Amino acid sequence: MTTAIQQQRKERIDRGIKVRSDSIYAVMSLRELSYLGLPRIILIVGMLVLPLVVPSIYWQRVFTICCIYALLAISFDFLAHYVGLVSLGGAFFVGTGGYLAAIANTSLGLPPWLTIPLATVVGGCLCTLLLLPCLPLRGVYFAIVSLMYPLFLARLIEALDILGGTDGIMGIDSFPNRWVEQYSLIVILLLILFGVRRLVNTDLGLVLRGVMDNDQAIRASGISVTFYKSVAVFIASSMGCLSGAFLVHIYMWSGISQFALDFSIIPIAATIVGGGGTLAGPLLGCLLLVPISELLRDFGTLRIVFYALILVAFIIFRSEGLLVYGQRKYHQFERWIKI
Amino acid sequence: MDILIYGTINSITLALYALGFAMVYGVSRLPNFAHGALYVLSGFIAWIFLNSLGVNYFFSILAAILITGVIGALIYQFVLIRVRGMEISEIMASYAIGLAILEGLRWGGFKGMTYTLPAFISGSTEIAGVPVDYQRLVVVVVGAAVVALLWIFTHYTRIGLALRGMAQDERAALMLGIDSDLMAVTAMGFGSMLAALAAILLLPLGNIVVESGYNILILAIAVCIVGGLGSWMGAVLAAFLIGFAQILTVVYLGSHFQMVVALLAIILTLIIKPSGLFGRQKELEERV
Repeated sequence: MTTAIQQQRKERIDRGIKVRSDSIYAVMSLRELSYLGLPRIILIVGMLVLPLVVPSIYWQRVFTICCIYALLAISFDFLAHYVGLVSLGGAFFVGTGGYLAAIANTSLGLPPWLTIPLATVVGGCLCTLLLLPCLPLRGVYFAIVSLMYPLFLARLIEALDILGGTDGIMGIDSFPNRWVEQYSLIVILLLILFGVRRLVNTDLGLVLRGVMDNDQAIRASGISVTFYKSVAVFIASSMGCLSGAFLVHIYMWSGISQFALDFSIIPIAATIVGGGGTLAGPLLGCLLLVPISELLRDFGTLRIVFYALILVAFIIFRSEGLLVYGQRKYHQFERWIKI
Repeated sequence: MDILIYGTINSITLALYALGFAMVYGVSRLPNFAHGALYVLSGFIAWIFLNSLGVNYFFSILAAILITGVIGALIYQFVLIRVRGMEISEIMASYAIGLAILEGLRWGGFKGMTYTLPAFISGSTEIAGVPVDYQRLVVVVVGAAVVALLWIFTHYTRIGLALRGMAQDERAALMLGIDSDLMAVTAMGFGSMLAALAAILLLPLGNIVVESGYNILILAIAVCIVGGLGSWMGAVLAAFLIGFAQILTVVYLGSHFQMVVALLAIILTLIIKPSGLFGRQKELEERV
């Protein structure tokens, strides 16, 4: 029996329809068009319809939180799999964006539709500036330093008792109504998702992937590695700050819990579960993990245990993630062949 | 004078936190983010043996150290070994395991301020006019002894030499017939035992609380980074550096800043000299 298994091998071949729809023939027939378009349309329509079909306002709020984590997860995925910078500091971006939006709203009196773009751009610049000295670091060193930034800022705010100290900043304006809140976030999320997918295929994306694969070659080509890394960090941290600004306006409160580890860990878990390097995978991961954690809320802290165990299981047994697995099944068929 | 005495005690404490972490990272390049969880876990194991099973204090300590060591080795053998060499997966997996342990303990009802271990020797004395309780003296003596024993262990025993060989050059160690997987498991076991030892020594000074697991992880990372990841003696020296820096900030700025100092030390060290103050320079691995 064992010899029979040894003489077989699994072969994966692209489906004919995938090969056809890769090129100009995609426009030849409706079948090829739908093969290409269907996954995207399902995603877009699904995201737009979901808030309408969920049973209660509570679940709508859960879905909003999903979208916020998804923004963070996309930013993590972009940095980790297209630039090679593994940032464990999603909370740093959320906190910076959140506090900036809160200050702009309470001190300057700006409305949400102004504070959010402001926090996005200024926060992106600020995060990039603060992370600039760490950018030459590699691998585990960058991971640890980025993990420490949010913790450091949280402790600093606590110790110096600035920005509201442990109480945080209260009395922040909310959105006019929950539909505006929900749909503005969803539209922005979808735009960013497809925008980043475009971005990684442009020349800039090519250079960034070069930075990930072989930075010495990029350097030898006369391109500044640190400059391109800082551009990438600006893009990713802007996304993080955007989600932080949204979060602050949704909760009408900004505090040091925005620097908490949750915002660093959950997006990464979602990326691992959903499939790293696909950009849509992290979104899928968030749509699965955040509701699961809400469903398990009755079990108290046991839900975090479940969560952690799911994560460990995925890291070990399915490290490619759901979407990569799904893509493979969608594009290819498998068969056993004799050697 | 009290700066000197409490600085020393604090430094030894930090060294105890960090040695297990440093050992695991040094041998198998695994940033063991479950370190703090193992620390807290061993405290609760000792508490269960002592209070629920009614075992003698000495034996419950022994059992806690051994069980934590075995748990650490098992975690490595069955989970972490599969993602060996993939740094981010290692960090995520070990962090998730630590999270599962800590939150599992919290779910199991181990929360609040009610869990304490008795001190080895109660009472206190005065050294040069500064009151110091005996437990802290025990910590200093045992901590110094552990550092010395660890040095002897890694220089004069076969397993210790094999571990050091792995830490210096894994491929060369493999060629000399050292089983690298086995050694990595052993290192994780010893690292967990060191965490347990630290817990047994230090927990009598306060309550056993789940939240401290996270702080201990950060402090251990701070010490190891400043000392140079993978350098054990560097970790001990860095513990003194951070230990005294913390006590000085507590005296001159206030106790809020204790953690800020540790975190600032991590960030500054990584920016200026990622291999740490006493680590071997590996320019190409750490920077572009």
